[in-house]
Amino acid sequence: MLDVMKIREDFPILSNSDVCYFDSGATSLKPKAVIDAVTNFYTGYTANIHRGDYDTSVYVSNKYEETRNKVRNFINAQYAREIVFTAGATASLNMIAYGFGIDKLKKGDVILLTKLEHASSILPWYRVAEKTGAVIRFIPLNDDGSFDLKKYEECFKQNDVKIVCLSFVSNVLGYVNPIKEICAIAHKYGAIVNVDGAQAVPHIKVDVQDLDVDLLSFSAHKMCGPSGLGILYGKLSILDSMDPYMYGGGANARFDSCGNILLKKTPAKFEAGTPNVEGVLGLGAAIDYLQGIGMEAIASYEHQLCGYLIEELKKLPNVEIYNPNGETSVVAFNIKGIFAQDAAAYFNRRKIAVRTGNHCAKILVDIIGVNETIRASLAFYNTREEVDHFISVIKETTLEKCVEAVL
Amino acid sequence: MMDQNIKREIMIDHYSKPMNKGLVEDKGYRMIHNASDSCIDDITVGMLAEDGIIKDVRFDGVGCTICTSSTDIMCSLVKGKSFNEARIILDNYYRMIEEKPFDEELLDEANAFDTLYKQANRIKCGTIGINAIRDLINEYEKQ
Repeated sequence: MLDVMKIREDFPILSNSDVCYFDSGATSLKPKAVIDAVTNFYTGYTANIHRGDYDTSVYVSNKYEETRNKVRNFINAQYAREIVFTAGATASLNMIAYGFGIDKLKKGDVILLTKLEHASSILPWYRVAEKTGAVIRFIPLNDDGSFDLKKYEECFKQNDVKIVCLSFVSNVLGYVNPIKEICAIAHKYGAIVNVDGAQAVPHIKVDVQDLDVDLLSFSAHKMCGPSGLGILYGKLSILDSMDPYMYGGGANARFDSCGNILLKKTPAKFEAGTPNVEGVLGLGAAIDYLQGIGMEAIASYEHQLCGYLIEELKKLPNVEIYNPNGETSVVAFNIKGIFAQDAAAYFNRRKIAVRTGNHCAKILVDIIGVNETIRASLAFYNTREEVDHFISVIKETTLEKCVEAVL
Repeated sequence: MMDQNIKREIMIDHYSKPMNKGLVEDKGYRMIHNASDSCIDDITVGMLAEDGIIKDVRFDGVGCTICTSSTDIMCSLVKGKSFNEARIILDNYYRMIEEKPFDEELLDEANAFDTLYKQANRIKCGTIGINAIRDLINEYEKQ
């Protein structure tokens, strides 16, 4: 069991603020070790990577590549070369859509999605479909939004599915999709699986080899790391076959005046331009930090805390929960008769930070039947006491108080 | 400055029982749809005007308390007014939202939003429907 009070001491913002932060699904708080790793790059060894003939550049280049290996180890990829640093999970997902989708899909090929997906996982594929003539099909889900492998396998009957794109964990409902089985079925029919892992990698142990997943995207800033950095994991054979969607310095080995380009090998061919070096160093510190606590311990603590929140919410007659069986650390709910954003304004006054809206999953309304929800997303630095405070505030929330919050 | 309790009552009243909610099937109405790009607020306003007079203005859609009540109040305020009169009311509303001097007399129940400028993230809620009304007047006048 992790010692949450000790953990909280690692996060400077928690001693500077008395806000109950329940928006880790949007971005996580950062421990001091990560902040130091970023600032040390500025104060101790600023240099560009992979090109300088001097000590600091070599030092930073080594730390940059060490982090690639830390990521490999963190998700148990086979090779460090299968880890590409990008500008964020959205950039990773677009890289796949442009480098794989537009390049390799043909008219009539099917792209399988679900209605739970985040905009960043859906919109690039709308564009791919428009450009290539490929067809988007939605995997039928259960009424509560959970995954049904049987209905999923039926989507392959015509043997026209080329790629399955879905989240590991829904950013609104928190369900953990059975990725291992999803991959096995897709592979049986010759399709590949492209997983949005932004809400999964920070919260549960992910082993890409065990899952046999083909592509996995996630963001550093949701896992205690810096903003502006994402990771694209891909099986080497797939990454090797993909075109980069950005060309430039650092990604090519040589080019000539006749227009010939020789690209570097994976992953360098995808990392044109000076990357977010300090972000990568910060991510390295974040992974060390998370591994120091242990992903199993984090998952079990968050699941328990979230379970406690759901149980307490269920006792309140004025609350409607949309994912009572959520498996991770996200709760989506509404207070009856109160518009989500009005409730959040009152919560804000009572020092509680949550997100409201459709959480970038704009067609989720087809499944849960409401346009907007309050989303509380917890992390391992949240406490039972914070949840208790939240519950007591929800209990006393009235339309009058919500309106007062803006007067 | 309006009393806090009165402000609260006005907002809740126009949110729970809006007087101008629900569009009518009439081709004479001009419509403008206005939605926030950062929250759920999503409002359509319909206006019927003749000879520079606003005969009717109504709205429908999804919105929070501020969005719904501000739109409803403004519909009532400009209904029956000439475009010029309506524009003066709107200008004063915007001045209030921007924390500039304004004529309280003209705004009546819309004075409930006289401290909305303090809530930077909610100003958009209090202008979505109002902007649509302003744009509808502009469209009519362009005719």
